[in-house]
Amino acid sequence: MLQDSVRPASLGRQTLEDGSFKDLHGMTLPNSFNVAWEGVMLNKLRSFLTTLGIIIGVAAVIIMLAVSAGAEAEIEDQISGLGANLIMVTPFRSFGGVRGAGRGFGGGGPGGITTFTYDEVLFLSQNLNNIAGVSLEQSTTQNVKGGASTLTGVSIVGVTADFLEVRDYEIGQGRFFTHAENDATQRVAVLGAGIAEDLFDDAGPIGQQVRIGSSRFTVIGVMAEQGIVGATDNDGRIYIPASVAFKKFGGSGFGGNRVRMILVKAESGEVMDSVMEQIASLLAGRRQIDPSEPNFGVRTQQDIVDARASTTAAFRSLLAWVAGVSLVVGGIGIMNIMLVSVTERTREIGLRQALGARPRDVQRQFLLEAVMLSLVGGLAGLFIGVAGSIAFGALGGMRTELVPLSLPLAFGASAAVGIFFGYYPATQAAQLDPIEALRRE
Amino acid sequence: MSDLVIDITKMTKTYGEGDIAVHALKELDLQVERGEFVAIMGPSGSGKSTLMNIIGCLDRATSGLYILDGEDVSRLIRDQLASVRNRKIGFVFQSYNLLPRLSARKNVMLPMMYNGFQNWSEEQRRERASELLNLVGLGDRLHHLPTELSGGQQQRVAIARALINDPSLILADEPTGNLDTRSSTEIMEIFHSLHAQGATIVMVTHEQERAHEAQRVVNVLDGRVVAPQSRIDRLVSA
Repeated sequence: MLQDSVRPASLGRQTLEDGSFKDLHGMTLPNSFNVAWEGVMLNKLRSFLTTLGIIIGVAAVIIMLAVSAGAEAEIEDQISGLGANLIMVTPFRSFGGVRGAGRGFGGGGPGGITTFTYDEVLFLSQNLNNIAGVSLEQSTTQNVKGGASTLTGVSIVGVTADFLEVRDYEIGQGRFFTHAENDATQRVAVLGAGIAEDLFDDAGPIGQQVRIGSSRFTVIGVMAEQGIVGATDNDGRIYIPASVAFKKFGGSGFGGNRVRMILVKAESGEVMDSVMEQIASLLAGRRQIDPSEPNFGVRTQQDIVDARASTTAAFRSLLAWVAGVSLVVGGIGIMNIMLVSVTERTREIGLRQALGARPRDVQRQFLLEAVMLSLVGGLAGLFIGVAGSIAFGALGGMRTELVPLSLPLAFGASAAVGIFFGYYPATQAAQLDPIEALRRE
Repeated sequence: MSDLVIDITKMTKTYGEGDIAVHALKELDLQVERGEFVAIMGPSGSGKSTLMNIIGCLDRATSGLYILDGEDVSRLIRDQLASVRNRKIGFVFQSYNLLPRLSARKNVMLPMMYNGFQNWSEEQRRERASELLNLVGLGDRLHHLPTELSGGQQQRVAIARALINDPSLILADEPTGNLDTRSSTEIMEIFHSLHAQGATIVMVTHEQERAHEAQRVVNVLDGRVVAPQSRIDRLVSA
């Protein structure tokens, strides 16, 4: 007998005694995967082009998130580098001046922004309670001559005697200047470590004379070496009393008496709020304006970090939109190609149905195919995104930080896209009538 | 008591409703016993194709009873029909319907994908498919793609595929319609051999010559079976 000769003993007829169909197996998942994968590989170029949208979308999102996270980390480093318990008093609309505080030029600024006067700085330092110090940082650029060398374009920063305290900086050799020296407009200078080395090599700079612009200064100290923080070379600056700075360089770079930012350091974290209130009421009182409508801002580092965070959050939500749009576009591409595929393979679908594929088997085959397309795209995009982020960081001179959450998110999103946009074509395929489908050429 | 593979009673199939209703089958009766080789003939529009689709569980009758191999399949839903097709029916189509990207053996294995054969190891399933290809004389063509095979060879792959799930009924729709005489003869020889070994075969054809190779010819005309004749009757009357 034919059947017996080809039928292994374990097979047996699949007819059930009671005529029930319940225990009939459908398609197993591994089988569905195989069939779906065959579908993907059927037309490799087309599959690749289809997934390109997803690849680009996912890669772009990961890279952009890494770049924005890198920029954010850079900003936070700079801000926290300013020191602890620091309060910044700024004219309104000069918020961006925070970053440039070290090198900002006085000179009023554009758009009629109000600035502070040196008198106001002194007023605050005399009248505030619970403070560790008050300073300002007014910069100009001058040529400096000392020893046998001349340096051009050195950043000269006018500060108060509280500067070291306010910024948590350390002196390396000698000493910083005193309030008395500042009040008496003594021409003394404290050199950044790099400047000291450039001008005097290893010879002791303390007590030496330097010429800044056209004025002679006596070197009384050298700052401890700091290195480069953010974009600022702190070792390449010279600190002089603010009173001298306004007097000597007022016309050339400091913009007369105009102060762009006042830095106040509170004694401790607990008194921060009280100090901020004092600043607000003292300044408003002196300016004779309504304290509820001040023309200046009092902020902490935390405020600035928060403000940056909200900017970053806005940027991120923009990115999320871009990501969403690119994934939707990629998904539409997948849906399009799946619809084409269902049309092209109508006869195959009919055949599979005739051979026993249930509607749900057909649906699963095409749904899995769509999900595989989008997942392969997501995975490729993920690798390209990670590699791109690292490459940007290494070659582009741009700081990048991979956002760990973006990886599973990108992967999950591409899977979701596959399911969402694969569902309709898969359902279309499942609903085909086998007779019609087999008749199709 | 006779052992019927197909037992169709008062089957009607109506397309459309009211004045435009088309009655493709009109209370048709048909019985096929186990081990029979039956040819179904009829001009186009006779209801022959409709009958074949219903026998093949690709479609359902409007009314009437259809017992296939002891199971009432008259009122099954799509999923159940798919399962019946998979277990009980081996289809052979006029245009072979092989998947072009799969090897001969993988094409033969295709129906196993949708049933309990999945419990078999891949090795066992391959073995069975190879045996069947051997049986139809293609033991040396296991890994050929359909495009690398002649029409007759492709149809033999299709027959092996029809046998893979050990069906109660082989349903062939114009199996020699696309083939030259020599290939047709080869295919018919395979059917005769299967029949000799106990298979039940229903073949739809419009070729008198091929039809009369069957044990019995059923003529469908205007939605009914007319004057079923046995081969013996025909030979006697001739």
